[in-house]
Amino acid sequence: MRRTGLAALLSHWRRQPLQLVTLVLGLALATGLWSAVQAINGQARASYAQAAEQLGANRLLGLTAPNGSIPVAQYVQLRRAGWQLSPILEGRVRLNSTTISLLGVDSLSYPVPPAPASDQETLDPADILTAPGRLFAHPETADKLAVAALPAPLIVTDHLPVGIVLTDIAIAESLLERSGEISRILVLPDQPAGLVPLSDIAPDLVLSEPNGDADIARLTDSFHLNLTAFGLLSFAVGLFIVNGTVGLAFHQRRGMFRSLRALGVPLGVLTELLLFELLALALLAGFLGLIIGYLVAAALLPDVAASLRGLYGAPVTGTLTLRPAWIASGLAIALLGALIAGGQGVWHLHRLPILAAPGLQSWRLGSASRDRTQALTGVGLVVGGFLVQGLAQGLIAGFALLAGLMLGAALLLPPILGQVLGWISARARDPVAQWVWADLRSHMPGLSLALMALLLALATNIGVGTMVSSFRLTFTGWLDQRLASELYVTARSDDEGAAIRDWLLSRSDAVLPIRYGELRLADQPGRVYGIADHATYRDHWPLIEALPGVWDRLHTERTVLINEQLARRTDLWPGDEIALRSGWTVEIVGVYSDYGNPNAQAIVSLPALLLHVPSVPNRQFGVRIAPDLSVRLVDELRSTFGLPTSAIVDQAAIKARSLGVFEKTFVVTGALNVLTLGAASFAILTSLLTLWTLRLPQLAPVWALGLTRKRLAWLEVLRSVALTALTACLALPLGLALAWVLLDVINVEAFGWRLPMHLFPLDWARLAVLALIAGGIAAVIPARRLRTTPPADMLRVFSNER
Amino acid sequence: MLLSVQNITKRYPGSDPDLPILNDVSLELDTGETLALTGESGCGKSTLLHLVGALDGFDSGEIHLDGKALSGLDDAARAALRRGTVALVFQQFNLIPSLTVAQNLAFHARLAGQEDPDHIAFLAERLELHDHTHRYPEHLSGGQMQRVAIGRALAVRPKLLLADEPTGNLDERTGDLVFDLMIELVKQSGTALFLVTHSRRIADRLDRHLLLSCGRIA
Amino acid sequence: MNARACIVLLMLCISQPANAQGFAGLGTDAEGFAIPQPGQPLDFPADHGAHPAFRIEWWYLTSTLTGDDGHSYGVQWTLFRSALKPYEDAGWQSPQLWMGHAALTSETTHQFDERIARGGIGQAGVIAEPFSAWIDDWQMTGQPKKGLSELKLTARGEAFQYELLLNADTPLVLHGEAGYSTKTEDGKASYYYSQPAYSVTGTLQLPDGPVNVTGQGWLDREWSSQPLSEDQTGWDWFSLSFDSGARMMGFRLRDSGDGYTSATWIHPDGSSVSLPNGALEIEPIETAVVEDRRIPTVWQVALPAQDLNITVTALNPQSWMGTSFPYWEGPVTVMGSHAGRGYLEMTGYE
Repeated sequence: MRRTGLAALLSHWRRQPLQLVTLVLGLALATGLWSAVQAINGQARASYAQAAEQLGANRLLGLTAPNGSIPVAQYVQLRRAGWQLSPILEGRVRLNSTTISLLGVDSLSYPVPPAPASDQETLDPADILTAPGRLFAHPETADKLAVAALPAPLIVTDHLPVGIVLTDIAIAESLLERSGEISRILVLPDQPAGLVPLSDIAPDLVLSEPNGDADIARLTDSFHLNLTAFGLLSFAVGLFIVNGTVGLAFHQRRGMFRSLRALGVPLGVLTELLLFELLALALLAGFLGLIIGYLVAAALLPDVAASLRGLYGAPVTGTLTLRPAWIASGLAIALLGALIAGGQGVWHLHRLPILAAPGLQSWRLGSASRDRTQALTGVGLVVGGFLVQGLAQGLIAGFALLAGLMLGAALLLPPILGQVLGWISARARDPVAQWVWADLRSHMPGLSLALMALLLALATNIGVGTMVSSFRLTFTGWLDQRLASELYVTARSDDEGAAIRDWLLSRSDAVLPIRYGELRLADQPGRVYGIADHATYRDHWPLIEALPGVWDRLHTERTVLINEQLARRTDLWPGDEIALRSGWTVEIVGVYSDYGNPNAQAIVSLPALLLHVPSVPNRQFGVRIAPDLSVRLVDELRSTFGLPTSAIVDQAAIKARSLGVFEKTFVVTGALNVLTLGAASFAILTSLLTLWTLRLPQLAPVWALGLTRKRLAWLEVLRSVALTALTACLALPLGLALAWVLLDVINVEAFGWRLPMHLFPLDWARLAVLALIAGGIAAVIPARRLRTTPPADMLRVFSNER
Repeated sequence: MLLSVQNITKRYPGSDPDLPILNDVSLELDTGETLALTGESGCGKSTLLHLVGALDGFDSGEIHLDGKALSGLDDAARAALRRGTVALVFQQFNLIPSLTVAQNLAFHARLAGQEDPDHIAFLAERLELHDHTHRYPEHLSGGQMQRVAIGRALAVRPKLLLADEPTGNLDERTGDLVFDLMIELVKQSGTALFLVTHSRRIADRLDRHLLLSCGRIA
Repeated sequence: MNARACIVLLMLCISQPANAQGFAGLGTDAEGFAIPQPGQPLDFPADHGAHPAFRIEWWYLTSTLTGDDGHSYGVQWTLFRSALKPYEDAGWQSPQLWMGHAALTSETTHQFDERIARGGIGQAGVIAEPFSAWIDDWQMTGQPKKGLSELKLTARGEAFQYELLLNADTPLVLHGEAGYSTKTEDGKASYYYSQPAYSVTGTLQLPDGPVNVTGQGWLDREWSSQPLSEDQTGWDWFSLSFDSGARMMGFRLRDSGDGYTSATWIHPDGSSVSLPNGALEIEPIETAVVEDRRIPTVWQVALPAQDLNITVTALNPQSWMGTSFPYWEGPVTVMGSHAGRGYLEMTGYE
């Protein structure tokens, strides 16, 4: 019986191959979308984890000197006091015309020495430790370096981040020409008992939290958050699509279910068969979706990798590896979605009478009570989200708000659309219009899942797009302000710094020293900058909040500007006081935005800094000069002081680099947008196609009453476009709400700074047009079918033997 | 002559070309006349009705409806014909589920651009639908639904009403009541009626009675 | 294989047997490392210091102690030197590598730690006069003009720490032929001398608190460039102090055959006799499972020439040095024809 029953169920697909294709494709698209985002995210995360682990410092404290360089003798002194440490000398160096980050480590103490990629290579320690040494690099880095002309043999290893070349500190010393220097010292995890505190034996060194990597982690998390939000939302979109597709697959076969049951197939067996069929289809579609997702991710990943690398200097390998968790989550969404939808289908099956009631058997009007339940649930979810966010702070609460808002809004869509359509149809004068609107309304239940998916897709596009665009606008604006000087020069020593400054004074409009000390600000590691009184700051520095006369007060009173992160974390705002170090408490007169920097920062007047913080290095300068003169000045600077290329930075170059990075980010976001929208449109198409067989009995009478098939076909397209348009109208506020949550709630929770929200109506318009086109295209196939349906098929509706 | 069917032959694609569903059928119907067509299931009754209602095309012969030859009409002209000259009542009622009773009643007339609220109100009254005008079809009984369908058809003041087993889905008592009403309204308005039925009892109440057997008029 | 593991192997001379062929008469091997020559007198205090021209070298101090709590303890303090090239250089460029091992053993516990450094920057090294050997904060320091006779010894790990004062008034013992100690049948050798007779006082810092201890100490100094043959898989090494005042150093290098043994008998007055291959007879009589391998922890040791027939038993069978290159090293007690205490080192047990 089971075999016969299953054969009968499957025979439906043989007769209706298009339905099967749409079902499988719908499931596959949903899975593909989800898994593409997951793959990109997972890959990026894995790369960071690997990079952080390989840099060995992600869990280690670091020691640095205020002037940037620790003498080897001091390292030995700390070692001989018993401290277990590992020195690192790092810097940028040109190898064969490629500039790379050189990480010089003491091979004997470095916690995570790299292993060669191939087991065949045996390493003689003498080769590593003595000249010419060995260079270790990731295969991608190695590809960029012309191996033949390197100063030492290159060993390829998977255990290093891209863009970094590791070598023994003895080799690094000579390559970087910094003999006897150490950039930072790692404090190893296991220390002997009873050591003299570092602050006593090395008071001049600053013990910092895991530094560089933590920065990378926090900064790149910002970008990941975008992708994570995108992943969650695409999960929701996918779930709706799967749910809709499977639901319709059940609906289409109600007649068959009835017949099977009438012929004696027990309900339990039928349920089993359906679930079996469903799981098989879900698995098939899931794997198909994984392939789609993999291809999409593989196509996008180079851009993602490039944008992350460029944006934050975080290394991401541009190749995709298959992770079991990724495959599992991709299959899970296909199975989960299919089961949720299948569960509903089975539930309906259990309530399905064996004999069809006479008369109206097609789509019923959405029942008022169900609409009300759905509306109440939707409102409950939205309110719940806000409650969670209000009661519990934190990132999780932010995401709860996000989830509540989006799901609630999705649930609210059908009741709202129903109300709107009812309102319009009640006001329609023309009978055809009246019929179209009323008919649309009656079809809401069949289309609602597809429309919810569309709503989420559109809102996601608007929300994430707004966030990314706002991020770019804010960030570039901030770059303009913060990089106000035309040139930035870094000297190799304080003496050289002084000489450069004197030299520049007569050759530029202004020389602005960039000097800072590492202090603890309100018990957090941070920097205090001392600035000269110059119009550059008054004109360009981005203040979020300030007391009147902020700049005058900064330079004449005991006052300070702090960055937004510090202000938010400590809840200190203009008018409050803050201790910069013992005996140095100052009033806050302003708060400035400081995007991308996870740490506390403050600005005082330069004399105040020099007064309170000893031995502040004097090596960096911003130089104001007419842009057309800057190229010549750079040349002169280089030739006069023999400065390396990296010592002089042209701000235009920095800005160009940043913008280039954002373009990459946009490519990725844009591609994902198109994908989500495409998947949602496909859901509409599927719904319309499946509704088609159910629509005919309703269209035939209208046709019989004197509307041509051509007109009906146009009306079909119009209906779809109208629904899409209405959904788009509702998606706009939802998308903006989403952007607000991302920028104002989640970003603040995650990173401590608020991104100002900018609106991009042109983007919305473009998206709306795209959505309308998608909605139209989705209806074109059913409409064409309608247009060419032979009258005989329409007449079958009236056949008494039906 | 309101309707003239001359030597009509109709085959369905894929069916045996030697066994047309309608074979050389001819009949005529005058204004105000009522005609019943009976026959066995599948002998082509509904098909003939659909041809007369300009819902489908035929292979040979000609149908003249209100002076127009149907064979030469395009889709739009056929649709126009269905909007005024003829109206249909089906066994399955074929109401529009998303519209209320009132809207359904007025729908066809408004499509035809000749809505007459008084006439519709009159019909609703006569058909005892005036208490249900704001309800949706799914909340109506079978008899009520068919009365709406009849009202919708008559609201356009058609010259010819085509009815295909209008009482076939109703029990005998309800069917008789609905049929009586329909006949009464048709007679009052002078509308011609072309009724397909398998019931001799009903057929005998009309002016003329034709029997269709194996695609031919017996 | 990572760099550090390579370095450790190198230090323990397991690698590169092919390069260890001596060039007779020239005194250096193929890579320029010096090779011990017989008949070359040792020169003190200079030879207390490092010999960068030789491939490997160690300062190896073991001490059997008794605490004021009545328990027996053992302390190990070792500084290894391993040269990648036969010279010293300043700064990170130095090819001299240093490794320190420290351990503190009781009947029930065995704590150890390891330090690795390179020469050239001052993190580790040895100075001959006044004597000073150190790696990080682990130190073995002498007094001016006193050679190795008065030493202060410190080391600490995550959960232990010790500080010992060592005093010896007997002369240094030169093993083999005046310090030229043969290790193989084909004549590979090392320079090897000891101070076996320190009296020790000091304090141990244990997790449960400090313990004052007294006891005896034994310092071994050895350097070479090629001590092992290719078929030699490891060694069993004993340094024993008997209640009679006599002492014995003995070892067997294991190979596929009977192995190669060597021993030095030290009279209570400090005079000594070197005994040739075959004179020392050792036999494991009990093993224990230590870190997933079987290791002999009770030995039958006989030196017929000195009427010695004893049983040597590990104080703590789990005296496993789980360092980069793992081995067994711990205090032992002696019973039989002679009673006493000492140290046992065993390497090469897989």
